[in-house]
Amino acid sequence: MLINEFLLLGAVLFCIGIYGVIARKNAVMVLMAIELILNAVNLNLLAFALRNGSPDGHVFALYVIAVAAAEVGVGLGLVLLIYRNKRTIALDELSEMKG
Amino acid sequence: MLASLLVAGGGFTPPKVDYHALAPEIILAAGLCVVLIVDLFVSESKKWLTATLAGFSLLAALLPVVTLAVVGSEVRSMFDGRYVVDNFSLIMKAMFLITGYVVVLLSTNEIEEGGYYQGEYYVLLLASVLGMVMMTSARDLIGVFVALEFLSIPAYMLAAWRKRDTKSNEAGMKYFLLGVFASAMLLYGMSLLYGVANSTLLVDIGEAITITGQYKAVEALAVVFVVVGFAFKVSAVPFHSWAPDTYEGAPTPVTAFLSVASKAGGFVALVTMLYLAFPHAEKVWQPFIFVLAALTMTVGNVVALKQTNIVRMLAYSSISQGGFILMPLVVAGTKATGTSLKTVVVYLLAYAATNLGVFAVVIAVSRKTRSGEISSFGGLFSYAPGLAALMTFLLASLAGIPPFGGWFAKLNAFRAVLEAGTTLGYAIAIIGAVNTVVAFGYYGNIMREMWMKPAPDGDTAPITTPTSLLAALVITGSSTLVLGILPGLVLRFGDLSALTGALSR
Repeated sequence: MLINEFLLLGAVLFCIGIYGVIARKNAVMVLMAIELILNAVNLNLLAFALRNGSPDGHVFALYVIAVAAAEVGVGLGLVLLIYRNKRTIALDELSEMKG
Repeated sequence: MLASLLVAGGGFTPPKVDYHALAPEIILAAGLCVVLIVDLFVSESKKWLTATLAGFSLLAALLPVVTLAVVGSEVRSMFDGRYVVDNFSLIMKAMFLITGYVVVLLSTNEIEEGGYYQGEYYVLLLASVLGMVMMTSARDLIGVFVALEFLSIPAYMLAAWRKRDTKSNEAGMKYFLLGVFASAMLLYGMSLLYGVANSTLLVDIGEAITITGQYKAVEALAVVFVVVGFAFKVSAVPFHSWAPDTYEGAPTPVTAFLSVASKAGGFVALVTMLYLAFPHAEKVWQPFIFVLAALTMTVGNVVALKQTNIVRMLAYSSISQGGFILMPLVVAGTKATGTSLKTVVVYLLAYAATNLGVFAVVIAVSRKTRSGEISSFGGLFSYAPGLAALMTFLLASLAGIPPFGGWFAKLNAFRAVLEAGTTLGYAIAIIGAVNTVVAFGYYGNIMREMWMKPAPDGDTAPITTPTSLLAALVITGSSTLVLGILPGLVLRFGDLSALTGALSR
């Protein structure tokens, strides 16, 4: 089994995702970075499930995919809402409240 | 691959379902559907029906919780111990359902007068409460994850409920991005836990995660990721940056809901993970929780001191209260582990009752003053003595003055950390004691405004409180008092054996 390679790929995707969340200013890009983290999770789960030979990891990954879809639905809805009101989706312009 | 697994699995036998134990969830789910359908068919002038139905289904779901508590204390375990109804989950279920009911009472006028989407609002509120109720019973990684998302996703939408208000949009967006980011970190930790333990059942993970052997680095990393994920949810410093903005921008009843129910949901999950999945990993999470608790209560308090907006001040106050709820968890896993669990349960109950009450008063006062500033409470005693007196009691409870619920909770928290007799325990007790004194500063500030200052602009017209708001005030005020005077009513539900009883399946 190439378990180490899968886990390494997962860790790299996770780090790229974290970097994206921190460094990107565009709301849609941040959403995509979060999706990368979730895909890293799925990769991990499937690699472990294949190594362990148990179906739990497959089931978990299915749940993660379904919930991620719901999250992105809500997230894009919020992005649209903000775009309608402010004509921008740059996160650093979301700074009405401070302190 | 999957086909071979299915063959190896053998024949399928349906699991035994205990419908009495599942009744609260089933009633809530049914109520949610009824509200959704009724909302489709009633005219605009009859939309208040959705609020009534939502409140009714929350109370109806409370009935089986009460009967389950009366029937007996045996642990009802379903689906191979993946869904467990025990005393711990019963008391938390009752808390979430009553909190949900009080939030419905708080919302009725605000949502109706604001011309918002009433039916959808209550559907999302019920969905979020359903997620919390499920969270109390989930004893499996998948269950914890699904329940966490179930309670969070509707909450993101509720925070952004005022569609045209850019502040509310901002509140929703910040909450959403950081919440989803936190769940992603949590999931990464969970995937590592599954890899090491080869099971998603919390009890199996508890046996596998010992921070010894060849995988100890991975195990420690997984524990840290999971704790960080929940630290976001309970807005522990340094993962709190979303909380003040979200609380200020969201509609006030939603803020009350987030600061009480959503936070308690995070704590329930954190407690089940620490006690069931990481009982042998305390050398990793004890110092971590210590740092989180110390930072949370200190930063929350210090920043609350300089706030001028009441909701923002309450946001920082609730962050600092979160630090006090984390405080007994520092000594979980030592000989005070039983006291520490009991303390978290009692603290969550007292905090829920008191904080909801404070928000009820804020909503009642801002109906008249239309202002969120602390100075708008000036002279409250001269024209609304009842509200001013109630607010004083509730703030005294938050600050920890006897004989209210908050006092009993704080007393227990200090007793737990001192009983443990560890260095970390003594250190956190000292930090907590200093912070208790600092907290008097900002709670006292509101009291001084209410009792000593004149009303702004000399406006002393009396406040008219709608019936639903009055009911919320009575429920929260009386439970704050009862928790302080008769804490024995709830104490038996927080026993450690109730939670870990599921271990011996």
